[in-house]
Amino acid sequence: MNLRTIAIWVLSVPVIIAALGYFHQGLAAAGLISFFTWTFYFEVILNGLLQGVMYSLVALGFVLIFKASGIFNFAQGSFVLFGALTMVGLMEMGLHWIIAFVLTAGVMVLVAIAVERVVLRPLVNQPHIILFMATIGIFYFMDGFGQTLWGSDVKVLDIGIPKDPIFLLPGVFDGGLLVNAFDVIAALCAALLVAVLAVFFQYTRTGRALRAVADDHQAALSVGIPLKTIWAIVWSVAGIVALVAGIMWGGKLGVQFTLALIALKALPVLILGGFTSIPGAIIGGLIIGAGEQVAENFVGSAIGGAIQDWFAYMLAMVFLLFRPQGLFGEKIIERV
Amino acid sequence: MLYREAGQFKTSYAADQSLFPIAQDKWGVLLLLAFAAFAVPMLASEYMLNSILVPFLVFSLAAIGLNILTGYCGQLSLGTGGFMACGAFFAYKLTIAFPEIHIVAIFLLSGLGTAFVGILFGIPSLRIKGFYLAVATLAAQFFLVWMFNKFGWWTNYSPSGVISAPPREVIPGVVVTGTSGTPEAKYLFLLVFVALLALLAKNLVRSRIGRTWMAIRDMDIAAEIIGIRPMFAKLSAFAVSSFFIGISGALWAFCYTGSVEALAFEINRSFQVLFMIIIGGLGSILGSFLGAAFIVLLPLALSNGMLAVDPTISVALVAHIEFMIFGALIVFFLIVEPHGLARLWNLAKEKLRLWPFPY
Repeated sequence: MNLRTIAIWVLSVPVIIAALGYFHQGLAAAGLISFFTWTFYFEVILNGLLQGVMYSLVALGFVLIFKASGIFNFAQGSFVLFGALTMVGLMEMGLHWIIAFVLTAGVMVLVAIAVERVVLRPLVNQPHIILFMATIGIFYFMDGFGQTLWGSDVKVLDIGIPKDPIFLLPGVFDGGLLVNAFDVIAALCAALLVAVLAVFFQYTRTGRALRAVADDHQAALSVGIPLKTIWAIVWSVAGIVALVAGIMWGGKLGVQFTLALIALKALPVLILGGFTSIPGAIIGGLIIGAGEQVAENFVGSAIGGAIQDWFAYMLAMVFLLFRPQGLFGEKIIERV
Repeated sequence: MLYREAGQFKTSYAADQSLFPIAQDKWGVLLLLAFAAFAVPMLASEYMLNSILVPFLVFSLAAIGLNILTGYCGQLSLGTGGFMACGAFFAYKLTIAFPEIHIVAIFLLSGLGTAFVGILFGIPSLRIKGFYLAVATLAAQFFLVWMFNKFGWWTNYSPSGVISAPPREVIPGVVVTGTSGTPEAKYLFLLVFVALLALLAKNLVRSRIGRTWMAIRDMDIAAEIIGIRPMFAKLSAFAVSSFFIGISGALWAFCYTGSVEALAFEINRSFQVLFMIIIGGLGSILGSFLGAAFIVLLPLALSNGMLAVDPTISVALVAHIEFMIFGALIVFFLIVEPHGLARLWNLAKEKLRLWPFPY
């Protein structure tokens, strides 16, 4: 996967969106769906894309761990919840949100190291499926642990991001596109996070070691890269990514148990984008986010609504049938 | 001294291949069954029957179903809840539409319907494996629950989306479903039904088809090379597994809760059954029962224990501590005893054989 492929994908997105729009317009004209205006359509797409960025934020944590250790970390969602809960808890004690953030990041690192020590080290060399089930165990444990510590009521997480609706491009569209300022800022944060991660992976010594481990555990070990340290680092980074995702999701929806389940939406994103690719996680998130909103708003009403519960999974499942490795994933040659 | 095989000689292949080759095992199981059938309904209280034994039997069946797919065929599925919902709603529609069909036939038919749905959602397993498949089965979970929740047709347009099991008789005069059945009748019916299905499962997994499943689980490429058709093996595992899970869903709705809505089959139900087979033992029918008993009893024991220590403890806190203990147990079992309680039972038997001598 090179820059050209990414460019083609990014450029093809507007084309695909426009094509789908014409398709919808046609459906509306034929009376199959209820109504259609371009303003509403683009508004839905835009909000879907912003939503998708939030999914990508969670998916990033999965990708980091999968790349470095081949473990599919089901517990990422509970990390998101745990991070958000801890941060709110600390803020409720009267700490400024920056101090709370730093402290929570420290807690996430400790959790990551604990997971590496207690769960991963004894399970080295086990089949992937066993490791996957172990992360389901971690998922349950972290959910219970976070809520035991901090209680289970819905909490408000406010770090001063405005939540006002804003209108974009009022000249082009009638009345402008309505988006939430919070979503835009969340998307910008996600972009910043990705940039930081890219620099970290590309230009630091640790980043190089991480990529080496990702390519081949044994080769990395044989040139003296400490595998266990690297795993602890990766889980810590994933924990901090989860914390950022938790802050964004928590700020949007309030900190509550459903955060852990929303994070499950990151799974189809991963399947679409490929398990090992950071750009894949982002583009997958955008596709899932936009596709889900369009489906919900234009098709969902015809078949009962709330189809965003499963649309992403169905999309991913159908996609798997045709391209099992995802858009940017490593091709699995073995096929059974 | 009780568990000694000296003098038990097998003189035929049939004796060597029998379900319980050791006489003590055979008599032990028969005694246990006899105790469960005759003594338990007389001794057990209504609470014991209704909230421990009946859910235990229903969950055992679900665990056997998932164990066939995950433990024997190696295909991880997180869609158990969705398939249970299938069984429940199929059975409801069938028994409402055809009240004259016998209830056992209704259950079996809804199991068959679920098997068909299972095959549909098992098709991706032909191209993907492991956690990719786990995510694909989540599609089944979310889609099925959504469908039963959204479309009024499945609940006969009941405004609350709840289905209530109508009273049905298994033999004239003995009502086993719905709220009008006595706990004893429900329990005995479930006991017979589940015992027969477990026998079927046990025989399936040691027959030719079970061996193909295990070959696929152990190494799919090697299995294909020695002439096993992966497509047939995987889809049949999905079908048989969904058959059992569907029946357990129907039993859940009809015999255990009496009335149920689609949301009772949320993703947590899938995890619950998955935990049963991990704790009980992957690839073991006995393990399914042990795991189900463990998961049914543990929350009761925990909440009673915690209430005994501190009567003012909140319900939410108990639930959260339960979550923590479940999670920790899963990790513990995966690390320490990946074959679960069933393996511990086998170890105990090995030790008993040699007792009181160490070797």
